[in-house]
Amino acid sequence: VTAAEPVGLAAGTDDTRLTAIADQVLGLAAAAAPGAEADVHVIVRDDGLTRFALSFVHQNVAEEDLRVRLRVAVDGRWATADTNRVDPAALARLVDSTVDAARHRPVDPSFPGMAPPEPAATTGNWDAATAATSPDQRAAVVRDFVAAAGGLQAAGYLATSSERAAYANTAGQRLHGSCTSATVDGIARTANSDGVARRSSVRLADISGTEAGAVAATAARNATAPSELEPGDYEVVLEPSCVTDMLKFLGIYGFNGQSVAEGRSFVALGAAQFDPTIELWDDATDALSTSLPYDGDGTPRRRVDLVVKGVTSAVVHDRRTAAAAGTTSTGHAVLGSGAWGPFPTDIRLAPGAGGTAAELAGRMGRGLWVSDFWYTRILDPRTTVVTGLTRNGVWLVEDGKVVRPVRNLRFTQSFVDALGPEAVRGVGSVIRSHADRWGGGTFAVPSLHLARWHFTGGAGG
Amino acid sequence: VFDLATAAVEGALTAGARYADARAMQSRYESMTAKNGDVEELVQRESVGVGVRALIGSSWGFAAVPDPSPLAARQAGRRAAAIARASATVPGPAVDLADVSIGQGSWSSECLEDPLSVPLSEKADLLAGLTGTISAAGIPLAEASYQIWDTRKWLVSSEGHRIDQHIRECGAGMSATAIGERETQRRSYPAARGQYGTRGWEQVRELNLPAHATRIAEEAIALLSAPECPAGETDLILGSEQMALQIHESVGHAVELDRILGWEAAFAGTSWLDLSKLGLLQFGSELMTITADATLPGALGSFGFDDEGTPARSMDIVRDGVWLGVLSGRDSAAVAGVPCGGNMRSDGYARLPMVRMTNIGLLPGPHSLDEMIAATDDGVYMETNRSWSIDDRRLNFQFGCEIGWEIKDGKRGRMLRNPTYTGISPRFWGSLDMLGGRSEWTFWGTPNCGKGQPGQIGHTGHPAVPARFRGVRIGVRG
Repeated sequence: VTAAEPVGLAAGTDDTRLTAIADQVLGLAAAAAPGAEADVHVIVRDDGLTRFALSFVHQNVAEEDLRVRLRVAVDGRWATADTNRVDPAALARLVDSTVDAARHRPVDPSFPGMAPPEPAATTGNWDAATAATSPDQRAAVVRDFVAAAGGLQAAGYLATSSERAAYANTAGQRLHGSCTSATVDGIARTANSDGVARRSSVRLADISGTEAGAVAATAARNATAPSELEPGDYEVVLEPSCVTDMLKFLGIYGFNGQSVAEGRSFVALGAAQFDPTIELWDDATDALSTSLPYDGDGTPRRRVDLVVKGVTSAVVHDRRTAAAAGTTSTGHAVLGSGAWGPFPTDIRLAPGAGGTAAELAGRMGRGLWVSDFWYTRILDPRTTVVTGLTRNGVWLVEDGKVVRPVRNLRFTQSFVDALGPEAVRGVGSVIRSHADRWGGGTFAVPSLHLARWHFTGGAGG
Repeated sequence: VFDLATAAVEGALTAGARYADARAMQSRYESMTAKNGDVEELVQRESVGVGVRALIGSSWGFAAVPDPSPLAARQAGRRAAAIARASATVPGPAVDLADVSIGQGSWSSECLEDPLSVPLSEKADLLAGLTGTISAAGIPLAEASYQIWDTRKWLVSSEGHRIDQHIRECGAGMSATAIGERETQRRSYPAARGQYGTRGWEQVRELNLPAHATRIAEEAIALLSAPECPAGETDLILGSEQMALQIHESVGHAVELDRILGWEAAFAGTSWLDLSKLGLLQFGSELMTITADATLPGALGSFGFDDEGTPARSMDIVRDGVWLGVLSGRDSAAVAGVPCGGNMRSDGYARLPMVRMTNIGLLPGPHSLDEMIAATDDGVYMETNRSWSIDDRRLNFQFGCEIGWEIKDGKRGRMLRNPTYTGISPRFWGSLDMLGGRSEWTFWGTPNCGKGQPGQIGHTGHPAVPARFRGVRIGVRG
């Protein structure tokens, strides 16, 4: 084995083998519990991640995994189990323990049954070159990032991932899919400031360490020697990292069919809850997607328009929440999400005509241009009040001109209110894709210029 | 299983590594959640695999494979070496490994009642019953859950480590969420995310969850109409569960040596602590003594050996308010020139060991919660964490709690909703002036500490007691 040799389960496994494992498990389940409903996910992944700090690679990892997840429902009693062992004895144990667990559970009156046969819109976005990325290739992108930082300290990671999967159930649904992703996420550092660049794509070839490193270094230099700013309410220009963070909260706590049913969501369907410039949708089937084309229930994913011209128009569902709401699943069951319910994993925010973040800032009166958020946490899901901090560059802008960098600030702000009617003063036209660590998808959003953001204190000592 | 780990190490050495270690692991996980009287989800997971780490020159590589044959384990070792060579193309300063005693041995956590052997029906009845009780008290969203981890690991290194461990952890918790016109209110027991330890099912039985179900339901409903926590500066008394998270976020993470050295700068962040001040810096008041003790029986951060094979130990982090220690592994300790803390742990075979908290906790003080309340003329008592946020240097924090009570003239008064407080770490810890005693000392467990890329979930312990802080800013809101 050499560093350049493509090694990996996902790259080296074809769909036929995965489907055969799924069928084998379904067969064992049928024998163990005749008449039971069952579904099987078989997922094989290769992940490589090269991490750097102080301008050198300090951690560098590769992982292969092949996982089988079985769900069995016996007379409305169901259980799930998964394993990464695929020898016949292990699969037999998986089936026996899952059936036994299901039989010992109470009947679930809301169990929605298995997904019916329905083809997926795509088989996913797969790039063979990304799937075969070697450690040397990952290190080369890091080397470019470090070089482009131009002597500033650089830190971050370059990750590539490839995933192949098959799904089968006793209702006759059969699906397979594959996807790849590549992400560079790094900062450049001066003695008292940081600048960040994040880029994600289906293809490693779309990622330039040189471009990202240069962007991070420029931001860090522009943020040098920040000074304190009195907290309070300010206009803001939020770069795509911040916007992505906001939309994650709105997705998980708001556009979530379970949260709506439980009364924990802000969502009021048909109401003009957002500024008319806000157009928001979720789409794991487009060309930017790094997700599998079907969800944890085996339902094909489909585009859902969440906000149309500022009017909240839909939420996402899995089979359980859809049945309770009297509708059909949108294909948003998140495998392993537990009690969180279905949430959007691939949110898109329509671009406007505002140009870059710098151009949006050029039209701001007195406000703050914010690169990044950090450690955002929900205070109340119903109002989406979130506290967090700025990070990686904040600048005071007056009359469209950057006056000075400022030190990081803490904010406490309702995210839905910040995007409410009359609250959006500009929408950027440059879309950035960011990997979503929570849901595993990709967000694609522009920068935003917002009328008000509530900063509650400085982050410094 | 030692043979698989040995094969992986041999593969790395054959491919040119000057040091290698490998962890073979078998992990079983089980969790159940219930909502409003019904069991909602049961998860059972099994993972088997080997992760191998190779050091070539001063560059690391790591590779992990599931359920390998001896040949595949050996290939994983060679792959780790190849990755280390790739790392060396973007090289850093020289890396060495701090000297430690080369561990050989076995260790198991104490477990009186195997949690995986408790019948599923019994566990389901417990959770369904709890959420049914909470629902019957008028709560629209009642939730309860337990989690169980059963981990066996075998460590082999090229220096002679040969260690096997069997660690069983479990715990449980429940919550009541009341939903009002504009906001939600939640009460939990025994903690916001449950209480966990390196113990068997006796841990869950001792929590006596049924005895608290109705109380948390009533408190959640009462919170909807309780007055809002006022804004301003006041004396703040924190319950021990909130203290556990305060310690975790503002002390535990701040003293991680990888953060201090800048190795986590891009993601988890750095630390406001400067190594040149170790042994000199006044971190807090003289009441503040914090240890990192991986030997505490039953605490969630306990083990026999860390994932580099360093034996568990207890060490001072802060003694009488002075910063004395950091959390470290063999490479970071060598870089910093400090003794190795033995704090390296990995989240499964497929993750690289990294600096993690063990049991980072306060030693108890001379007071009690009742004495603190009696000694406070004007203040607020807050209990049970609801939200947490802290900056990337672990200096500025803001916490929200589920519930608060006004303290007036030495007595607990009105219930307060949405209590929050914020502060700057050394100032906050410097204002500590009363600390609960040994009878209030609780080994809280945090089973969800995120760190690293790829992400790792750590299990940490936090011995804590109630405490009083003077002049704290409270009532921060949007």
